[in-house]
Amino acid sequence: MSPSVPLQEMIRAIRSARTQCEERGVIQRECAAIRAQFRQADNGGRSHNLAKLLYVHMLGYPAHFGQMECVRMIASPRYSEKRVGYLGAMMLLDEKQDASLLITNSIKNDLAHSNQYVQSLALCTLACMGSAEMCRDLAPEIDRLLRASNSYIKKKAALCAVHIVRKVHELGELFAPAARSLLSEKNHGVLHGAVVLIIELCERNPETLERFRKTVPDLVQIMKGLVLSGYSPEHDVAGISDPFLQVRILRLLRILGRNNEGASDAMNDLLAQVATNTDSTKTVGNAVLYETVLTVLDIKSESGLRVLAVNILGRFLLNNDRNIRYIAMTSLQKIVGTDHNAVQRHRGTIVDCLKDQDASVKRRALELSLALVSASNIRSMMKELLLFLSSCPPELRAHAASGIFNAAERRVTPRRHTNVHVHLARAGGDVRDETVPNLIQLITNASELHCYTVHKLYRALLADISQQSLVQVACWCIGEYGDLLLRGDCQETEPVQVTEDDALDALETVLQSHMSSPATRGFALTATMKLSTRITDNVDRIRSIVSIYGSCIDVELQQRAVEYNALFKKYDHMRYAMKKSTCPTLQPSPAFGGTAPGPSVNTAGGDLLDLLGGLELTPLAPADPVPVYDKGGVTLTLSCEKQSDTGLTVTLTASNATDSDISSFTLQAAVPKVGLPLPPADASLLTMVVLNNPNKVNLKMRVRVSYTRLGSAFQDTVQIDSFPGLDAAGR
Amino acid sequence: MIKAILIFNNHGKPRLIRFYQYFAEDLQQQIIRETFHLVSKRDDNVCNFLEGGSLIGGSDYKLIYRHYATLYFVFCVDSSESELGILDLIQVFVETLDKCFENVCELDLIFHMDKVHYILQEVVMGGMVLETNMNEIVAQVEVQTRMEKSEVKLSRPSG
Repeated sequence: MSPSVPLQEMIRAIRSARTQCEERGVIQRECAAIRAQFRQADNGGRSHNLAKLLYVHMLGYPAHFGQMECVRMIASPRYSEKRVGYLGAMMLLDEKQDASLLITNSIKNDLAHSNQYVQSLALCTLACMGSAEMCRDLAPEIDRLLRASNSYIKKKAALCAVHIVRKVHELGELFAPAARSLLSEKNHGVLHGAVVLIIELCERNPETLERFRKTVPDLVQIMKGLVLSGYSPEHDVAGISDPFLQVRILRLLRILGRNNEGASDAMNDLLAQVATNTDSTKTVGNAVLYETVLTVLDIKSESGLRVLAVNILGRFLLNNDRNIRYIAMTSLQKIVGTDHNAVQRHRGTIVDCLKDQDASVKRRALELSLALVSASNIRSMMKELLLFLSSCPPELRAHAASGIFNAAERRVTPRRHTNVHVHLARAGGDVRDETVPNLIQLITNASELHCYTVHKLYRALLADISQQSLVQVACWCIGEYGDLLLRGDCQETEPVQVTEDDALDALETVLQSHMSSPATRGFALTATMKLSTRITDNVDRIRSIVSIYGSCIDVELQQRAVEYNALFKKYDHMRYAMKKSTCPTLQPSPAFGGTAPGPSVNTAGGDLLDLLGGLELTPLAPADPVPVYDKGGVTLTLSCEKQSDTGLTVTLTASNATDSDISSFTLQAAVPKVGLPLPPADASLLTMVVLNNPNKVNLKMRVRVSYTRLGSAFQDTVQIDSFPGLDAAGR
Repeated sequence: MIKAILIFNNHGKPRLIRFYQYFAEDLQQQIIRETFHLVSKRDDNVCNFLEGGSLIGGSDYKLIYRHYATLYFVFCVDSSESELGILDLIQVFVETLDKCFENVCELDLIFHMDKVHYILQEVVMGGMVLETNMNEIVAQVEVQTRMEKSEVKLSRPSG
């Protein structure tokens, strides 16, 4: 009867359960039986019970009640029981549990056992879950085994020593001499373990690293033996002698040669030999070649060798095997900082990998492409990256968007920047939250692009209203630059006629769509309101839209709608002031002799009535207008109303009495050393200017009128010394 | 360092799990489910390396896997191991299983879970690669199996 028949019977029983519930029942019964067996004294089948428990543990059921049984089994003299006991200890125990302390003594005894397989069990367990105390306790024993035992034990002791050094760093000193002497072993398993140990020691302690540099010639000798020796049936894997050992030695050489001329020189020839002689048609050959390339690029190798290495990577990139391409890109990523130009040469292949079906390859290609973006290739790279973004898998989208954003921020012209941001906004919810305000800021600053931007965003809005960031920015732009949109002509995109109804339709669609978030609706409502100052025919429609939202269930929207309604009803004349008050920034105009301490305004969606809070809200009674300028058919009349003791509103009205159109009409007004008005309007016939005269100085105003008529430009200046509604002293 | 070795079938049922770093039991099961979810999505002709899988560690860790018939062999490793080397190691491990069980199939792994663990112990120890020579591994496993069998014979009363 084979030792594990009871185990197999249980497994059969579990597998025959048809439902999860049935399985749970079977397992519960078995566990109860096992628990009962544990409580009994020694019977012949103890190892079976623990094996069953481990199987149950693998399926995910609780098995902690087996911990003490593991301790007992490890202490048993029988090999079969020790074996399962140690396996159980590795699966169920870890250093945090109290039971693990109890096995320290057993391990100690077993390390000195006459049977090497018992020794190996103890070594294995110590290497897996040995705590720091256990390691300190048993380190001398391990050192002894490293020096005087057979190769089977030596290789296990070497890896156990690695674990000890990881847990208790100071013990590295203890193992260094033994590790050094292990390098002269012939057995490949021992050599491999020794190299792993030396790597660990060197990575932990720079002094040890210095000492082990002296071993470079020995390591080179070993490698030469592996590479140049004839066919050795014992170690051959697809024509290469022990590729695992070669890879491990190459890694150690890399660590020893880093930042050290002498060591790097000593290994130069060897690396060149390996790079040229290794057969790259099989995976094992590629593993060795790959490790060689990484070593060459990391040490102070001569330039010829470096070029050879990068070329090998280039060949890897073109390999049909996706694994090879993947690791080629991983290694190129490591050197893109130092050998940037060399990697740039392969940019075409890397960008092609963006289109690969494999998600891992795509991820590598994305990382590398972002690292390769530079001033000279920005245009083509951006195009490729944006194309990638539109079709990339969802888990990569956020990373790609952020990467593109960063790359664009550093290097791109404003127009391209805008395009990039529109694409990013389209990428939707995956982009960072700062995109919307960033984009709005960007658009505002690029004043020459306002027309282009609003057209582009309008079109994007018509195409898709599901991406919230895009919709928000589009609504804001339509509200802000609606006049540019309605004007229709734009040099940079194809002209399209957008009527007021079209614009309002778009905004209304956003307002009513179930896909719009409340924030987006807020943007749309504000934009609709702003349009009321920029359009002429559909104000009633806007009024009705706004009033509907006065009873909206969303509190934020309701508040906005009610405020806007109020503006319509009571403060209709103020609405026009909104047109200019909602500029995000107020630029000081150089035409004035000073700076404008106008009300500072925040971006889209702010509470509008706050903006007007600086102004007096007493209704204006228009005084009689006084003509101040009359020439060539263009007249300018002035009327002013006192707002307060120190505040004065001056209204200039211009009219065209000629029979031809006047275009590019501008009014510029300057006053001496008083609170200055808002910036002047462009081409509007009504300008409201608020003057603050706290010092009650003599008020004078100089107005410059300029316009184009019948193709010729006119300009004139008029000084106004007396203001109707004020006495001669300007009070 | 190898952080974990997982073998599960095409439906995600675990056939062998070995963690070289301590994880609580429910976390272990979560890791298995997540790994299966990631690996099963992959086509057959894509590369064998996977990144991602938040539970099993930081950005330094990758999943290297191979798909044989109905089983996935997944090794979770960090950057100190050569990716292609691990891929070859999986191959060595599977060939060793093949030799030990004579044309190994999933049922062998199911019913002899403990034996598979003992074989694995000769290949990977404490999260580090121990032996890569298939013949050596098989020889050692056979000696130990014989030892265990002889002990059972001794303990049974003769006759």
